Order: sequence, then structure tokens, then C-alpha cells
Amino acid sequence: MTRTSMPTRRRFVSATGAATGLALAGLAAPRHAASQTPPDPKRFAGTTIEVNLIKSPRGDTLQKYEKEFEALTGIKVNSEQIPEQQQRQKTTIELSSGNPSFDVVHISYHVQKRQFEKGGWLADLAGPINDPSLTPPGFWDDFAEAGKTFAKDGNKVGALPFSVDYWIIYYNKELFAKKNLAYPSTFEELVATAEALNDPRAQVSGFVARGLKNANTPVWSSLLLGWNSATVDPSGKLLTDTPDAIAAAQLYQRLMTKAAPRGVTGFNWAECQSAFLQGRVGMWFDGVGFAPPLEDPNKSRVVGKVGYGVMPSGPKARAAATTGDGIGVTAASTKKEAAYLYCQWAVSKQIGARMLQAGAGVPFRNSVLTDPAVREGVTMPSGWLDAVAASGKISRLTLPVIIPVTEFRDVFGIALSNMLAGSDPASELRNATADFQPILTRSEKT
Amino acid sequence: MSVTASSPIAAVTDETESGQPGGLSPSYWPFVVPALVVVVATILLPWAFTLWMSVSEWKIGEGHHFVGLANFAHMLADRRFGESIERTLAYTVLSVVAPLVFGTAAALLFNRNLPFRGLLRGIFVMPMMATPVAIALVWTMMFHPQLGVLNYLLSLIGIEPQDWVYSPDTVIPSLVLVETWQWTPLVMLIVLGGLASLPRDPYESAEIDGANAWQKFRYLTLPMITPFLLVAVTIRMIDALKSFDIIYAITQGGPGTASETTNLYLYSVAFSYSDLGYGSAIAVVFFALIILLSMLLLQLRRSSARLAGGSK
Repeated sequence: MTRTSMPTRRRFVSATGAATGLALAGLAAPRHAASQTPPDPKRFAGTTIEVNLIKSPRGDTLQKYEKEFEALTGIKVNSEQIPEQQQRQKTTIELSSGNPSFDVVHISYHVQKRQFEKGGWLADLAGPINDPSLTPPGFWDDFAEAGKTFAKDGNKVGALPFSVDYWIIYYNKELFAKKNLAYPSTFEELVATAEALNDPRAQVSGFVARGLKNANTPVWSSLLLGWNSATVDPSGKLLTDTPDAIAAAQLYQRLMTKAAPRGVTGFNWAECQSAFLQGRVGMWFDGVGFAPPLEDPNKSRVVGKVGYGVMPSGPKARAAATTGDGIGVTAASTKKEAAYLYCQWAVSKQIGARMLQAGAGVPFRNSVLTDPAVREGVTMPSGWLDAVAASGKISRLTLPVIIPVTEFRDVFGIALSNMLAGSDPASELRNATADFQPILTRSEKT
Repeated sequence: MSVTASSPIAAVTDETESGQPGGLSPSYWPFVVPALVVVVATILLPWAFTLWMSVSEWKIGEGHHFVGLANFAHMLADRRFGESIERTLAYTVLSVVAPLVFGTAAALLFNRNLPFRGLLRGIFVMPMMATPVAIALVWTMMFHPQLGVLNYLLSLIGIEPQDWVYSPDTVIPSLVLVETWQWTPLVMLIVLGGLASLPRDPYESAEIDGANAWQKFRYLTLPMITPFLLVAVTIRMIDALKSFDIIYAITQGGPGTASETTNLYLYSVAFSYSDLGYGSAIAVVFFALIILLSMLLLQLRRSSARLAGGSK
């Protein structure tokens, strides 16, 4: 397999020059750009780069404003958005062939990080990031720690941290008021509140979350964080059949069988959102990025009635489950410099502010979240932004950083689905762990 | 167009009838080459490659190496694979029987001189022409436990709402319902063709002997249309065995694995888990299963034709 060598610091310096770095400083921090030497953003004018994006509001934002990038740099961008599952298959196949059709790739850290690292599919961006002639001072320091953890592979940096998704509880304030209930602060209260809200005669369910196989695994692993535990420990040992894991599964089973709508076993986030939009659900547990339709009068019957709650405390910890996206340059790209400029633009404060203000996503950049001017422009209710900020303080990764993430989600997702049909959580988790252990062992051997 | 004894076609016919090996003289072989190249390139080579992959351990992004029959041995211990085979067979049987019964009934109905028969037949065959994924999306909405029209219709007649594709207990029958809705017209068209070709004489004799409608159907119509039914069964069986689009679009194999047929499992293994070696081994076994069942049906059809007095 032929692969273009990864960019080194020297190569980047010679190729792009200081002027481009300053141009990126301008892109990344427009308010400070005026005080710096005027850059030469047109250095790579005439280059065409191919960009592969995951279909999402974040991808929409990049495509919406990519003309600005083209006008500023003269670099032509051909971008495409592909639905998540298909994008993962396409990128895996193309990157493993050694000749991908794209220079820039948008990845889900929580699914693809380890696979991309092992395949050596991304260019190492540590050199250019640490080069003051290429990257504005403070650029890397501005990212939240969770973002840096996602992006790093030892001393290397793969995809730049693009957006973060915290899991929160959306709740219907009107339904809470009718039953004179307060937002739960512990898991015990969560169960009691969900069951108190549940009223099948009025077609109201107390709680909803993903029940569909594979999609449901992060729900359980997010609950498990409340026991101060993850699904895999740092040494790679599975913690999926421990007493804590079983307790989290029992909680999932109880919430989803005692207080959830009919047929929740087949619900992905879209069905959950649809039920919540109808005003028929008291609480919905999912990522913060699904909020905008709730406040859209054309789509929602709960506009102005939605509360945004930070995850309640579990028996041993309070943690907001976190997933994230990154955007990086492929190792095989022959246009790495131009592709790097695009990635820097994609994670710039300006794009981050636009995503946040539209509710399309939450950037990893701390300065965007703390900027009063940005906060003023946020179209979502202040409660949403408060939940984002508070979740950031208790953020923890919800899925293990392993190669066979899809198998992990499938195997444990099937076990969770079976629990919704009445199976015993302990035996389901024991079987699933036994099924998954050889897959995990093999993935790290080869 | 008349064909003279000196024409190439006549010559080929003569050679075939003369029983020469291959039936073609070597001078005609070059004409076969283009078709042969296409068959080798699009059917034989991919199959040979699949066979080779099935004896390899090969995950996308990793190297591959020969493992002999290890993938096939793994299949024997793979609970999910075994369950998917059972589910596929159950789904296939139901998806063949239900359209066969309803399609035959519809054919008998539309074989009569009904008012607006042409129009009604046209409407009846419309589901067959629709795109599977579009059908799946519409049915997904109809199956929705809270918002779907099916539960609303049930509520009008006082029946409790059902979980349809959202329950492991009802997901397979619900999917068969969609399959039946779409493919009953195909069976009807095949059986209608058979009914149109039946002779009148046996029916006149039966009427003289005082046979009632059921007896005429049971002892005359059914035996005479059996070859047509077997054609319908063969087509439906192959279709149902390889059914993927509707199931994937409606349930993705869920809840859990309650509707995960072998095709869906194969897809997950090969493309979600990127395990091309094991996925290929499943494809090989599944292909062998389809061939075996098809051969059994063809044999059954031959036996049926012999019994009916037809030629082989």
C-alpha cells in the first residue's frame, strides 16, 4: 500500500510559510486578526480539496459557510455529506484501500478514533499545531480537555476536536407542573419521577430513551457513569458484567419497561424525539444536539415548555456522558496543506460560534462557550446553554475507545433489547460479555 | 421468417439433434466468447473470490491470511448465525404460504366476469410496482404504536393497540404482512395465467356428474394449476430468502435480533464489523442453502408435471 508520508513540521513550514499561519490566525480568531501581520491566505489558491462529512447539523454548518473559506483562501472545496452509518462504511473501505477519494474526513471519535489510529489513516497534525508560523498562539490550549483526549494518540494529533455532544435530560415543564414534580437530582428520584409522570390513559409516558439495538448501548453506558464506572478499564479489561454494570442495566430496564411508551424497543433517537415533540413524554434522555426542533413552532408542540436538565447524580458519581466529532486530514492526501487550512477553519471560533448559536452543535473551544457576545446570539433558551456549560464540567466519555465499537454496541445492544422483553440483566450481560471478549481480544492482537 | 436448411440456425439445430458433443461446431465458438467473458467476469470470478475470502481471516483495514475452514467451524458455534437461519426459514415459509393462498384466491376471483375487472386488476397489482424502501417507510409509519394508522383502525373496532414491529413476538408476522401485501399480486398473475389455459371439457363432465364448486376446485382446478403454483412458490421462495431491503428499512433486524435474517446478519458482519472473511463464509453457506431448496422445488415441479401427464 502506497501512502504519502505524514507532514512534518519542517515540511509544513516550507510549504505553507508564516503568512498562511497568520491567515489562519485570522480565521480562527477574527477579533485578534487585525493586530497581526496581514496574511497571504491565497497561497494555495487554485487547489481543490475533497471533504467527506457526516450528515448532521454540524456538516450543514460547514457546507453553508464553505464559500467564505473559498473566497478567503481561493481553495476550491468539494464537500459531501453522507448519513452516519454509510459514511463510516465508506471511509473505512476507502481509507483501508490506501487511496481515499477525500482529503478531509469528519469522524465520530467515540466510534472511529481507535480504528483510524490503528490504521494510520490520519496525518499527524501535532507539528503544524505547535508551529507558531502556522497556528495562532493559544489555538490548542483553547480546546476542552475532553477534546484533546479525543484528538491525541500518544504524542500525535489526529482529527482536530470539532464538536462535543453531552447527554442531558429534556423534560416537559408543563407535565411536571401538572403533577407538581421537581426535576430529579438523583437516580432514585429519576425513577420515582418517571413513574409518577407515567399515565398510559392520558397517553403520557414518564421517560423515553433509545431502545433500538446498537443505539441503546450509550444509554446504558451513560447510566453506568453514575456508578463511577466505565464499560472498559484503561487496561482494556471489560467491566460489563460487574455488579455496577448490572445495576445500571436494571435501572435501564426499569425506566424503559415501567415508564416508557409502547414499542420503545424499536425506538432510535428520532422516535424518542418525535414522541417528546408531541408533548407525550415527561423526560427524554439523549444528546444535547437534538434540541433545535423542540423549540421550532413548525415541528414542536412543546415550544417554550422544555426544560434542559443536567444528568442527576448516580449512587457513586455525577457525570454527563460525552461523545464527540473531529475533523482531520487523511494520511494519503496529496493536498495536506490546503486540507489542514480547511480543518483549522472548521474548528475556528467563528464556525464554533455559529454552530452554538444555531443549536447545531457545541464546539470544543472554551473561548466560544465563555464569550458573552456569542452567548447573546444563541437562539436556544438560556436553560439549554446552562445545561451545556454545566455538563461540560462533569463530562466523561461514554463509549470505550476500542476498535470494534460497532460490535460492542450491537452485542450489548441486543442484550439490552432482550432485557426490555423481560430477560434477566445479569445473565444477559454475562452472555454478552462472554460473546464480546474474544472480539475485543482479537481486535487488539491483529 | 422462414429458416432454410442451409441457414446457420438450421445447421445448429441439425447438429444439436444429431447429438454431437457440445451441439456447436468449433466455428461458432468465437460467438460465445463475449457472453462467456461477461459470465466469468460478473459471476464466476466474484464467486471464486468469495470462496477464497471465506477461507481467509480478513478484516477491512487489516491483513488477511488463510485459515482453512475456521470460519465455517466458527459458524457452528455462532448462536446468532444459527438463530438467523431459523428466522430466515420461518420468514420464508410464511412469506410463501400467505401470498400463495391470497394470490390464488384473488386469481379465482379475477378469473370471473366481474364488472370493472380490468381496472380492479390494475389496482390490485400496484403494490408490486412500488419501490421496496418507499413501501418500508410508509409501513413504518403505519406500524408506529402511538401515531400509526393501524392501531387507530384497531381502536375503531375495539381492539387493543398492538406493538407490531416493535415487539419480538409480533415483528416477523408484521413483516410478513408487508411482504404479503406487496407480492400477492405476483402470485395472482401467475395463477391467472394458469387458469386461462385450463381446458373446459373436464368442468363440463364434472357438472354433468353433479360436482359442486369446491369439488371442482379441489379435484380439477387445483391439480391442473399445481405446476403454476410451484413456479410461484419457487419465485417467492428465492425472493423471501434473499429479502433484505424491507426488513432493514423497517426494523434493521430488531427488536434485538428478533427479525435478523441471515441476509441482515451477513450484512452486519461484512460491512458493519468489516469482517469480510466470516461474512463471505456466511454468504457461501447461504448460497448453498438457496441452491439446495431451489433444486428440491424444481424436482418437485418435475414430479408434479410427470403426474399431470406432461413431459419432463
